[in-house]
Amino acid sequence: MAAGTAATRVAAPDLAPPRSEVGIVGWLSKNLFSSWTNSALTIVGLWFAWRVLSGVLDWAVFSAIWTGQDGTACRVPDAGACWPFVGAKFGQFMFGRYPDAERWRVIATYILTAATLASLMIPAVPGKKWTGLFSVIGLPIIAWILLYGGVLGLPAVPTEFWGGLMVTLVVATVGIAGSFPIGIVLALGRRSAMPIARWASIFFIEVVRAVPLITILFMSSVMLPLFLPEGVSFDKLLRALIGVMLFSGAYMAETIRGGLQAIPKGQYEAADALGLSFGQKMGLIVLPQALKLVIPGIVNSFVGLAKDTSLVLIIGIFDLLGIVQAGLTDAKWFAPNTAMTGYAFAAIIFWIICFSISRYSAWLERRLSRGERR
Amino acid sequence: MAGTSNAMGRRDAGATDMAIAEGGRRRETRDSLMRSWLHRRESRQLVGQIVIVLLLAALFWIAASNAISNLQHQNIASGFGFWDNTAGFDISQTLIPFTASSTYGRAFWVGLLNTLLVSAIGIVLATIVGFVMGIARLSSNWLIARLATVYVEVARNIPLLLQLFVWYFALIPQLPMPRQSWQLPAGAVLNNRGLSLPTPLLQPDAGIVLAALAIGIATAIAVKVWAARRWKATGERFPVLWTSLALIVGLPLLVAAVLGFPVQFQYPELRGFNYAGGIVVLPELIALLAGLVFYTGAFIAEIVRSGIQGVSAGQKEAARALGLTSNQMLRLVVIPQAMRIIIPPLTSNYLNLTKNSSLGVAIAYPDLVSVFAGTVLNQTGQAIEVISITMLVYLTLSLITSAFMNWFNSRMKLVER
Repeated sequence: MAAGTAATRVAAPDLAPPRSEVGIVGWLSKNLFSSWTNSALTIVGLWFAWRVLSGVLDWAVFSAIWTGQDGTACRVPDAGACWPFVGAKFGQFMFGRYPDAERWRVIATYILTAATLASLMIPAVPGKKWTGLFSVIGLPIIAWILLYGGVLGLPAVPTEFWGGLMVTLVVATVGIAGSFPIGIVLALGRRSAMPIARWASIFFIEVVRAVPLITILFMSSVMLPLFLPEGVSFDKLLRALIGVMLFSGAYMAETIRGGLQAIPKGQYEAADALGLSFGQKMGLIVLPQALKLVIPGIVNSFVGLAKDTSLVLIIGIFDLLGIVQAGLTDAKWFAPNTAMTGYAFAAIIFWIICFSISRYSAWLERRLSRGERR
Repeated sequence: MAGTSNAMGRRDAGATDMAIAEGGRRRETRDSLMRSWLHRRESRQLVGQIVIVLLLAALFWIAASNAISNLQHQNIASGFGFWDNTAGFDISQTLIPFTASSTYGRAFWVGLLNTLLVSAIGIVLATIVGFVMGIARLSSNWLIARLATVYVEVARNIPLLLQLFVWYFALIPQLPMPRQSWQLPAGAVLNNRGLSLPTPLLQPDAGIVLAALAIGIATAIAVKVWAARRWKATGERFPVLWTSLALIVGLPLLVAAVLGFPVQFQYPELRGFNYAGGIVVLPELIALLAGLVFYTGAFIAEIVRSGIQGVSAGQKEAARALGLTSNQMLRLVVIPQAMRIIIPPLTSNYLNLTKNSSLGVAIAYPDLVSVFAGTVLNQTGQAIEVISITMLVYLTLSLITSAFMNWFNSRMKLVER
């Protein structure tokens, strides 16, 4: 338009934004010192964060005792954490009283399980169907052979010798795996048209969800033996596992019911219209869709179960927390900070497990819901 | 799976064909009648239900007969006769009088009251912690929001039992010995034997103050009803909150001041190696409360955060467009809608806290599980009765909570057109 004019108009370059709005100063004034109350909160927060952080660092690192053969090294005034205690007991904390020579079997089980789970959890790895099948059928058998032994030339290691992190992981994994079929049956039962099946499921689910896990564990450890024929006795760990499975089965049922309810009615009706049987309708149409919806919920209940596992110590099974607690009674390591050190170690392990799984669940939820949003 | 069942269907059809070829006409009709009866949904359900009932009955019968023979062999009594027997043990914290010569039944009530005590205090404190932390997570102040996030992620990813151990076995022993106790405000004393609080001793005139409190509460309710009616009729608002506060707190205080504060305090005093007098809060109770509040507070914080975030931005923008002040916006638009989201999960967390208080058994807090399902069960050996009663108590608490939840949901349900 203005091609003929001699002077073309050129926009003056933008002025730089005021100093107080950009960079570190801008960020600080916007996020930390936007008002008087905010500034006061920031200062209190800084003071608090400094107190906690310096206290924790001083205890865990700077004043901590790093070497020593027994508790005397840690019984110096103003000492922090007593890390040699954890070092000396590390094997116990991980494996309980599992024989030293056989511990490779536990590690092999870990590696196998981790590899299977990783290839299931990472979307890019192919062959989900076969890995899934393996994790349901092959893995439990191999894990049992490896951990318990007694066949294939592996010496048997009774469950009394199991302990530490190993028991925590076994109880949590078997608990969640076992609760899965129980949960599906109960969830279908609760939505069944048969009144007796429905009421039986509702009764079981509501009673189990209403009582604390401890009472279920007491029940399975004290009451269950009474219900069995005389002379028949269960392994202690197995009894706890049954309790944990029934407990998390009831919660799993409610999670799965949520998924079942989210499937549109049209899907059920279409399956009926195609003449599919009840098993076909559920197995081919409804459950695959419903279970996909509740994967994040299941992962979350795994986090809950991993934490609740520590309760088995009350009925005398030495999980990670139980074995730490037992280690504290060792007079050789008596020192003011031994208890806190042991708990800190257990807390870090629990925290890493629970936090990373809950992050994975949140990621999965976002990923799965991306398809819905489109 | 589809393949197998199709194949089976075909085999079935073939079998029927052969049956028809072999058998006569009568056999065919009976067969098809049977088949059509089996294919009816009602009849299949009937069969299914009968099978379930038989299975459950068989399970129950086997369990019961085993239990009876086991109990006979072990010489354990059954029934609830033990309820009136002498307990013969002491309990460290009793809200109602209890001695070693009291009955097992009374021990049950002591345990139940202790469970209710720790749950009630825990619920109040966890709510405060949770709301403060939940709001802090949404703070515009970066540092405060981060600190609250760190708290939530640490507290809810470490097992509660471990947290209780930390409080009870690691932190409380670090408190000073009774002689070097921390003197807290209002005459309270904290040491590794627990927290001693001054006991209020009511003087005769205290009844008048309590009466004033009752009158204050009644008047406050009346004012609230009246203000709501006037608001609906005329649109004029009345400062209900401040008036009720003045009535409920101010009136009793005023009456107490006029009467010269008819309450005396008995302060804890150091006698020998420990403090005597006053109300003693056991270290077990302190540890259990601290653990429960720290743990549950994190869950409540998440509920509060998601409740507030769940109120859609359009609601806030509409409130601004109507010209409401930010205070009005919070009070009239955001909080009522956020509470509708918050209260159902909050109630179930209260229930969780009550159930989790049973972990007190691990740190020797004398709650229901510890006293009744622990000591009483060990002494009597009557596992079935004791565990059933314990479960029934928790079931009752849970039913009461869900009844409240249903009532609340029906009251708060959005009336949709």
